[in-house]
Amino acid sequence: MRKSPETNAYFWQGNEACAEAALSAGCRFFAGYPITPASEIAEHLSKRLPQVEGIAIQMEDELASIGAVVGASWTGNKAMTATSGPGFDLMQETIGWAFMTETPCVIVDVQRAGPSTGQATKCGQGDVMQSRWGTHGDYSAIALSPNSVQEMFELTIKAFNLAEKYRTPVILLADEVIAHMRERITVPSSESIEIINRRKPKSDEKAFFGLKEIPPMPSVGEGFNIAVTGSTHNEYGIRFTADPMVHRQLVERLNNKIQKHVEEIVEVETCSIDDCQIGIVSFGCTSRAIYEAAEIAETKGIKVGYVRLKTIWPFPEKAVRQLAETAEKIIVPEMNLRQIFYEVQRVANGLTEVIPLNKIGGGELITPEELFEKIQGSVKNE
Amino acid sequence: MSEPFSIRQYLRPIPLPFCPGCGGLTVMNEFLKATHELGHKNLSNFVFCSGIGCSSWIPSPHFMADSVHTLHGRSIPVATGIKLLRPDLNVVVFGGDGDIVGIGLSHFIHAARRNLDILVIMVNNMVYGMTGGQVAPTTPFKTKTTTTPYGSFEHPLDAAKLAVAAGACYVSRWTTAHPNELKDSIKKALKIQGFRFIEAVSQCPTAFGRRAGFKDVGEMIKWFKENAITVKQAEGLKEEKLTEKIVVGEFVQRQRPTLVETIYKTIEEAQKEIEKN
Repeated sequence: MRKSPETNAYFWQGNEACAEAALSAGCRFFAGYPITPASEIAEHLSKRLPQVEGIAIQMEDELASIGAVVGASWTGNKAMTATSGPGFDLMQETIGWAFMTETPCVIVDVQRAGPSTGQATKCGQGDVMQSRWGTHGDYSAIALSPNSVQEMFELTIKAFNLAEKYRTPVILLADEVIAHMRERITVPSSESIEIINRRKPKSDEKAFFGLKEIPPMPSVGEGFNIAVTGSTHNEYGIRFTADPMVHRQLVERLNNKIQKHVEEIVEVETCSIDDCQIGIVSFGCTSRAIYEAAEIAETKGIKVGYVRLKTIWPFPEKAVRQLAETAEKIIVPEMNLRQIFYEVQRVANGLTEVIPLNKIGGGELITPEELFEKIQGSVKNE
Repeated sequence: MSEPFSIRQYLRPIPLPFCPGCGGLTVMNEFLKATHELGHKNLSNFVFCSGIGCSSWIPSPHFMADSVHTLHGRSIPVATGIKLLRPDLNVVVFGGDGDIVGIGLSHFIHAARRNLDILVIMVNNMVYGMTGGQVAPTTPFKTKTTTTPYGSFEHPLDAAKLAVAAGACYVSRWTTAHPNELKDSIKKALKIQGFRFIEAVSQCPTAFGRRAGFKDVGEMIKWFKENAITVKQAEGLKEEKLTEKIVVGEFVQRQRPTLVETIYKTIEEAQKEIEKN
């Protein structure tokens, strides 16, 4: 049996990297339901969690899985689940409950081709908007998008840290390609990994749902007499389901605690966004094509700049706006029928033309050549 | 039992939301009396989980305790996460019939199958009361509700029998007309481990009784009393005779390895395996 990995290089699958990162982040509870292409996370954690005195349990469905995860979080433990589109659908109501009750937890959505059962084993990027607006009501989501096995590791840790820091569910929006491919990964030493833990209340604190932007979070069984509810509640967790002010204050605070910290949350990889002819905004597996496409373009005398979204939500407006101010055109390649495209168009706000490049079906990726053709075509059209 | 029972000792000082004559108050009262008689001066060793519906408001936020008010039907999964990581706490789920055996039915069956160490108290008022009196999976055949204006054309579910079949360690059913028996059953259930299920048949005069043909609360209680037969009495009765009856008493009491026991044993074994290698 393998010991916990120390500073070292491994040849891991994306899902395996995600599971190991969860352990490094301090996750001690996993509840899930089998689904392609996310099952390896459950399998790996089922083996590894008991080794670190953690618990992994396969529940009867995704509703139960996310429910158990939220319950586990209220015991003061870090908890997560992993699923794909159809399971992510089923979890949405509870994700809203986690948001409303300010419960830190991590939900991994390994995207596959939808809608519905779609092409269960093939890659897609169609859950972008679902990760933002999947549950009902006004809420702000945090979703991260890895584009390598290394980033599956790094962004899983970041997901836990953001969840703990902002007391909110965080979505790791992976995709089938990143989750299933194997590549080299360097696992950082445990001392070099920054771990954030939720702020606990002092013994005399009582307002676990307000007054402060991010209130302290007690655990059950500590004598705090916590009242947790998904109904509108005051700062003490007591239901107020008719008072307009209580609802406004609560829901606005929950949104503000994310929207007012966009700069701290957002992470992007950028290249030449202040000096380029054609811009690209991309994320996840699709973004792996931009490096080579940009190189080919360079040899043809076209300078390409890009913003790669490691954070999808909240949307990295600043970097995209900067690119829009520079680039003559922005291309948005994605394996869906225009989901990030409209966000880029909204942020560009007429500063530049935004061109979609979409491909769905069979898990076929947008190749560097296809992306380059679009780049070349965009220049020619002038 | 030195101090006399005072319900206020266990409640937050905020108004209760129940309609006049609601059976939920009887269940609340008997539960708290049971904890008092077991010597719990407060509820600090308990975590309460509930879903959506009138009876989910029994613990949340009224009990001076940790109470987690979950989504409709999802109290048992949330209780699962809590109990597995805090096996030292008494985890009690309160829910209605719609919550526990309607929308949340599969969790109920699987928790019983796993023998999850929780007590589930289902307040069965035979109707969706909070939403205005719609037919429930427990509504008796031919009963008029707002969504069965010509009488229900479905047959009700026997949650207690289902719990027995699924593997529960303790199952009983009483009604609000049997408050002492209900209390004693709660006391008994709180003292044992594994999945425990108590069904409290309860009156909803507001959303059920008046449409089902009951004049007042008293008539409903009388109906419970007159139609209640014991498990033993029910044994000899034919199926069609039983449909008009409320079978009360204990349906099962047995010992099986509980989920907490088996899961922590697995953790131990996993650790041993690491040591070996």
